[in-house]
Amino acid sequence: MNRIWLALVFSIALLYCARAAAMEPVDYRSDAEEQRFRALAAELRCVMCQNQSIADSNAPIAHDLRQEVLRLMREGQNDAQIKQYLVERYTDFVLYEPPMKKSTWLLWAGPFLLLLVGAGAVVMVIRRKNAAPAAAPDENEEW
Amino acid sequence: MSRLLPLLAFIALAILLFAGVRMNSGKDNSAIPSPLIGKPAPPLDRLPVLPTPQQRITPEQLKGRAFVLNVWGSWCVSCRVEHPVITDMAKSGIPVVGYNYKDPAEDARRWLDQFGNPFALIVQDEDGTAALDWGIYGAPETFVIDAKGIIRFKHIGPLTPEIVETSIRPIMQEVP
Amino acid sequence: MWPELGQVSLLLGLVLALLLSVLPLWGATKNQPALIQTAKPLAYTLLAAIALSYALLTWAFLQHDFSVAYVARNSNSLLPVLYQFSAVWGAHEGSLLLWVLTLCLWIAAVALFSRNLPGHVVARVLSVMGMVAFGFLAFTVFTSNPFERLLPAALEGHDLNPLLQDPGLIFHPPLLYIGYVGFSVAFAFAIAALIEGRLDSDYVRWARPWTNIAWAFLTVGIALGSFWAYYELGWGGWWFWDPVENASFMPWLVGAALLHSQATTEKRGSFSSWTLLLAIAAFSLSLLGTFLVRSGVLTSVHAFASDPERGMFILAFLSAVVGGSLALFAWRAPKEHGKPFNWQSRESLLLFNNLFLAAACAMVLLGTLYPLLAEALGLGKISVGPPYFGKLFLILMAPIVLLIPFGPLTRWQNEDLGNVARWLAPWLVLALVVAVIAYFRAPQHPFKSALAYFSGLWIFLGTARFVWQRFRQAKGRFTAEMSGMVLAHTGVAVFCFGALMAEGLSVEKDVAAKPGQRFEIGDYRFTFQGVRELPGPNFTAQRGDVLVSRGDRTIGLLHPEKRRYASGGSIMTEADMHGGITRDLYVALGEPLDDKGTWALRLHVKPFIRWIWIGALMMALGALLVTFDARFKHKVKAA
Repeated sequence: MNRIWLALVFSIALLYCARAAAMEPVDYRSDAEEQRFRALAAELRCVMCQNQSIADSNAPIAHDLRQEVLRLMREGQNDAQIKQYLVERYTDFVLYEPPMKKSTWLLWAGPFLLLLVGAGAVVMVIRRKNAAPAAAPDENEEW
Repeated sequence: MSRLLPLLAFIALAILLFAGVRMNSGKDNSAIPSPLIGKPAPPLDRLPVLPTPQQRITPEQLKGRAFVLNVWGSWCVSCRVEHPVITDMAKSGIPVVGYNYKDPAEDARRWLDQFGNPFALIVQDEDGTAALDWGIYGAPETFVIDAKGIIRFKHIGPLTPEIVETSIRPIMQEVP
Repeated sequence: MWPELGQVSLLLGLVLALLLSVLPLWGATKNQPALIQTAKPLAYTLLAAIALSYALLTWAFLQHDFSVAYVARNSNSLLPVLYQFSAVWGAHEGSLLLWVLTLCLWIAAVALFSRNLPGHVVARVLSVMGMVAFGFLAFTVFTSNPFERLLPAALEGHDLNPLLQDPGLIFHPPLLYIGYVGFSVAFAFAIAALIEGRLDSDYVRWARPWTNIAWAFLTVGIALGSFWAYYELGWGGWWFWDPVENASFMPWLVGAALLHSQATTEKRGSFSSWTLLLAIAAFSLSLLGTFLVRSGVLTSVHAFASDPERGMFILAFLSAVVGGSLALFAWRAPKEHGKPFNWQSRESLLLFNNLFLAAACAMVLLGTLYPLLAEALGLGKISVGPPYFGKLFLILMAPIVLLIPFGPLTRWQNEDLGNVARWLAPWLVLALVVAVIAYFRAPQHPFKSALAYFSGLWIFLGTARFVWQRFRQAKGRFTAEMSGMVLAHTGVAVFCFGALMAEGLSVEKDVAAKPGQRFEIGDYRFTFQGVRELPGPNFTAQRGDVLVSRGDRTIGLLHPEKRRYASGGSIMTEADMHGGITRDLYVALGEPLDDKGTWALRLHVKPFIRWIWIGALMMALGALLVTFDARFKHKVKAA
């Protein structure tokens, strides 16, 4: 039973989320509005499709969210307010880029910590293998 | 010692993956938890009522009573799957308000005629704008609102009798 | 009857794989030539059994045998013949069988081309590969049997997912599999070396071509997948950092590090432990990828239907293989030997190169698994997507972009990097100047445009400087290895340029198009001529006509389509494009907006986007070219 439900979800998701991109033409009031809208839409996640922004998704909810974003933009709200509005209704999940919070600091800091540790290891290896300054390069090594 | 590091890192990874497989058995992985739990439910009195679209829900109809809000649409395959569960739940005395989502009234009516109408009341949100306030993004979804008008529970996906008994009924049985 | 034969053949393969895992390895340990000799015959018979099984599954598809559940789920009688072949790997069970077949092909290839290796080494390598084959065959036979019957048989099959009914999808999975299954060779080699307790440069020299070939195929497989997504999915994207994509990208990154590490170990004897570890890591990541895609642990539109029972099986297998090899590594990794080297040396640069590649791989792994980690730790539902991966990938790759031109010009062991820097300085300046000019001239995203020009030019000119030096100092003599390196590194330059330009300077417009209406993007004019209905083999299409022109020159007539498939009724958007070296013009059909023939249309101009795949192809060819080098033709001395 559960597997049927799962299969349904996946097939519906595949249908909506794998289709062509957002298609309804919008009458932008200005180029600046278009740029701002596109940029903002690219930063919000389609909550149905999970791994697409609302700019790229053709799911009905993405369409609705795009309309809502445009409406809020035209009401005069700034980007932060619009994002807050949506987060209140859909959780942080609706932000395409995971926000920097306690629960995500490991995500953002992790790679750099690993890099630091790795760099330390590399430095140790080079130190150990350091030839005496007088060592001559190997002449028969062509390449 | 450092030679042991890769193995230890892998063991940690394997534990995480093991937990992952256990956690995700049979669950809908994509469901988002609702941020509205514990918050007042958005108003329903602006939406047209099915089958009489000129009418609106009056505050008296819902005040002081806990109810279940079920989001459905005639286009939604899983809604058919959960329909018997909804019907049973309604028969057992739990008031169920239907939230018809992104559906032309005609199709909704036809669906109810075909499968039966378990809803005490139905509101219609054809373009889905009001649904954004509820954090709805698909169907079926089910909310439980208590007698004070606070959202207490949300389930994404078709209801099962287990969910009704373990999560919905206890809230409905609370003394206000 | 035939499906049952296929099943029997599969079981036979399982037994043969078990024998291959045990007998030659035992023979090598106890020095019994008779057992060692069983390796090659077992390898060939294993291939025969699995090939037969695969052929029979294909036959079931061609015969429309809907009494086989897998065929009924993934095919129907209207499916064009070509796609009946590729439908075999369209879902979990069949693609798993393809995985196993690919592994058996590699096993047989190793058996065939290992005349230059001592017998007991071959025996160990083949045994280890046999163990992997056994694990996958057990998984197939016990949890994912493609020959399961459906009784009563279906009258008509379901259908192959329309998204998969495409030429690109015919080649993408096989090429991908040849790639990351191929890392099992380097892996088996590493295990054999650990068992024996030594890693001779000779062994590494033998393993290098195999690793290069596997990596080349993986590169092409990934590039093809990316290209397919671009022209098939309809919105002009080419990489989505989807978990399944990441699953193939991680082995690629580590594989690239492995290639370089192997070269160093072969020539200098150093980094033997790193080489072994990277070889284990590359294949482990391949296995991890297989797990992630089939276990339901990750949400992905791309993933196969999931099953926790299967997930557990793969996890157990993964733990055994990876855990076992890392334990072996901890216990028996050889002591570091090899020629010493200075801070300023090619060894040093390569170490840093591999550090950044490994860090990038770790970043992708972290991002891919973070949602799972967050859920396990109760941190809520977090999703990680392109904004994370894209940003961090750029940051972690930047140092490599800077280092690449230094590598070939720096000698082993001891070099004066100041000298090298002086040679390269004029080219660095040139690249920077062009980048600054690009920055001010870019109509949008100036930073990406500047980065595109800088990275592309810098790597290209730096590599050209090496070519020039060879002409000057060695009368233009290039070994195959050097030529391969030049080609591959230039490919990196081409890729960087293409990716950053496409990301930065793409323009797209969503318009409401009335028949006859014209739209302009930059110099290009798109004239919408209307939509008409057209039948296809298993679908009906709404086909649009869009004329594209520039100035007074007609470039072409594009035909974006919306198809409704007969089985299942699903609707697919087929974009059409006019490809070119300097830009792609791309049109996709949306929805009809009224009954007077007005349609929503999406128009794209994407500059230099083909350079992405051309660059990837160059990298793959470069890696392949290296395998022709004379150094790989020598006989490996017996221990």
